[in-house]
Amino acid sequence: MRIFWRNFSRNRGAVFGMVILVGVAMLALLAPVIFPGSPWDMVGAPFMPPGEMGLLLGSDSLGRDVAAGIAHGARVSLLVGAVSTAAALLIGVTLGAVAGYFGGIVDDLVMRFTEFFQTIPSFVLAILLVAIFTPTIGSIVFAIAIVSWPPVARVVRAEFLSLRSREFVQASEVLGKSRFSIVIGDILPNTLSPIVVLSSLMVASAILLESALSFLGLGDPNLMSWGFLIGSGRSVIRLAWWMSVFPGIAIFLTVLSLNLVGEGLSDALNPRLARNRGAKP
Amino acid sequence: MTHLLEVRDLTIGLPQGADRPHAVDGISLHLDAGEILCIVGESGSGKSITANTIMGLLPRELPVLGGDILFEGERLLGLSAEALRSRRGRRMAMVFQEPMTALNPLMRVGDQIAEALAVHGRGGEARQKVPELLAAVNLPDPASIARMHPFRLSGGQRQRVMIAMALALEPALLIADEPTTALDVTTQMQILKLIREIQERRGMGVMFITHDFGVVAEIADRVAVMQYGRIVEQGPARDVLNAPQHPYTRALIAAVPHGRSTQGQAIRPAPVLEMKGVTKTYRRGGWFGAKVAVKAIHDADFVLNKGETLGLVGESGSGKSTLARCVVRLVEPEAGEILFHGEDLRPLSRQGWRPYRKRIQMVFQDPYASLNPRRKVGDAITEGPVAHGADPKEARRRAVELLELVKLDPSAIERYPHEFSGGQRQRIGLARALAMDPELLIADEPVSALDVSVQAQVLNLLAEIRQRLGLTLLFITHDLRVAAQICDRIAVMQRGAIVEQGPTASVFGAPRHGYTRALLDSIPGRSWTPPVSSELA
Repeated sequence: MRIFWRNFSRNRGAVFGMVILVGVAMLALLAPVIFPGSPWDMVGAPFMPPGEMGLLLGSDSLGRDVAAGIAHGARVSLLVGAVSTAAALLIGVTLGAVAGYFGGIVDDLVMRFTEFFQTIPSFVLAILLVAIFTPTIGSIVFAIAIVSWPPVARVVRAEFLSLRSREFVQASEVLGKSRFSIVIGDILPNTLSPIVVLSSLMVASAILLESALSFLGLGDPNLMSWGFLIGSGRSVIRLAWWMSVFPGIAIFLTVLSLNLVGEGLSDALNPRLARNRGAKP
Repeated sequence: MTHLLEVRDLTIGLPQGADRPHAVDGISLHLDAGEILCIVGESGSGKSITANTIMGLLPRELPVLGGDILFEGERLLGLSAEALRSRRGRRMAMVFQEPMTALNPLMRVGDQIAEALAVHGRGGEARQKVPELLAAVNLPDPASIARMHPFRLSGGQRQRVMIAMALALEPALLIADEPTTALDVTTQMQILKLIREIQERRGMGVMFITHDFGVVAEIADRVAVMQYGRIVEQGPARDVLNAPQHPYTRALIAAVPHGRSTQGQAIRPAPVLEMKGVTKTYRRGGWFGAKVAVKAIHDADFVLNKGETLGLVGESGSGKSTLARCVVRLVEPEAGEILFHGEDLRPLSRQGWRPYRKRIQMVFQDPYASLNPRRKVGDAITEGPVAHGADPKEARRRAVELLELVKLDPSAIERYPHEFSGGQRQRIGLARALAMDPELLIADEPVSALDVSVQAQVLNLLAEIRQRLGLTLLFITHDLRVAAQICDRIAVMQRGAIVEQGPTASVFGAPRHGYTRALLDSIPGRSWTPPVSSELA
């Protein structure tokens, strides 16, 4: 674990990303403390520029505090990102493991099923699913999970295919272990590093997807989210730029830092690569 | 008199945190034209680094700290990259270990050789020289081989192409870095003969790097033995091989499988395992085009008696590993009977097989791939018995005993596989198999990935444990010297069939099949018998 941290911290970008990410998480956690009350409440005159009337980031067309919106929106964005990624991992890892371990006809069936999802543009499918199931946080998480599991399945399948023929897996087979315990106990732990790296990137794309859905007005109407903030500021962007710019920066920083952390993780979990990169000036 | 190549007090550093401060520590050696110098040593002894330094191929992390390399009277170390480039290929050339990756897969073989000529401004001669060169390395039909891509050639053919490339500009010095290690024994013999023949014809100086004393005996004029970056002994091949001075050389030579059988007791025929008509065919293709069927195993009947060691020998691709894997159902044959104590294992279900898992165990070839990197040694050893319902505490106590049996420290139980060397890992693999108390142990090339001295230790351990526990052993190997040493009976496989089997002494002493004879003739250093030193028992 110490070695892991040493490798991770060698990548400065990843440390920067980690700091931002912790900051966003703190903001989300402390939102009710810093901005008590609902972010939907009017707190001042509409269209106040940043800094006036005690509003750090200004107010929107209905006099709501943009800063409060961003803080509360962070909760929604991170929650959607984390839960939908977990759901996508569950689907993707299970299908990928089954396809990779059993191979043959099972592999063919699962992979054709996966490709079926990959051929549909994911954003269109997400819009369709949310529209059918009415926009709630549950349906948004479901839609994002449904469109983002195929890459996981492919990665896990590829790892399983190569690990399955390794001698330590064959040794477990010869020891008479059950298939389930070979898959869970022997192969899966060795596929963790690519899964961890991939999932950090998936959280980022889930946040983007949620923002895009909210921007189009398909967000949960009861929850303030970053995409909703940008969407509501869109029509008045020349009048009140702060309404869309600050939530935009929040999305940008969060997604960027998730990507940086993902890269750092991939370096740290793949020490040989990290050392090569470190050797270059 | 100036030597063709002279290395003086060469010292090369290692990056910090390595196991020793210098990769190569003050070595001096020389090579004359028309001579073959073998550098022998185990992995990590610095022999390849020495070769790469001479060619100027040293990675930047390894700085040259001192010493000189003189080639044709000229200092190589101070030369500019450009000056070095003009000598590489033209005056000195190198052949690498891995023929499968040393050629550009997208370029025709002839073009690659022509390129070697072109970079030194002699591209015009290519049309005429390429077929000549391919003929010089004894490749049949040079004209058509020149038009082939590397994937159509076998390992031995590729290595010949590499040698042809190295010879293209008639260099004065050829460095060969384990050029035959990745090849089968019969191919190895051909390549060794080829190098010797070309060297004699052209009067080149050859620096030949190897770990195999058999190869040394076959080809060397002079020998330098390396250990931990130092040359511990240097001299004419005959002297070093037959009267080694340094203790390390003596230990290495003592560890060479001597091919003298140590087994001798009579075996009462009590069949444990009987293979009858087992067939395995791999099919490829389908949908469009013709299906290709490769018969991996056919006509491979054998009987293994209680307490006996049967050696399954053959070259790569002969089906010996597949046959062993059929016994433990890692490969499912489509026909035949696998009788274990008279019971046919082949039609059994996965569940039906479970009781037999305890009785038949396997040791694998690659010590680096056969242990789960994320599982502690203790867990690796106990997981088998526990999966079969043993008490975890009891299994753990037994694991400690087993570690002692395979001569490892019991503290190993709490450590991860990457903390162990190859030989130690192979012992762990053996302990894992023994934890099931098997009657039949299958060892699939258990020592072929190990250095020669470690190999000897593991073989001795295996022989000792087999005696002590009364195991029946199916031993798969490509090394006939190892087989002769450890096996009671030998079965020779070729292209999926057993072509000859019988007691070790008669198979090796009076081979009946042509292929067995070819294999025996290809054992490197066959005419050399390692001296038996009494102090190293």
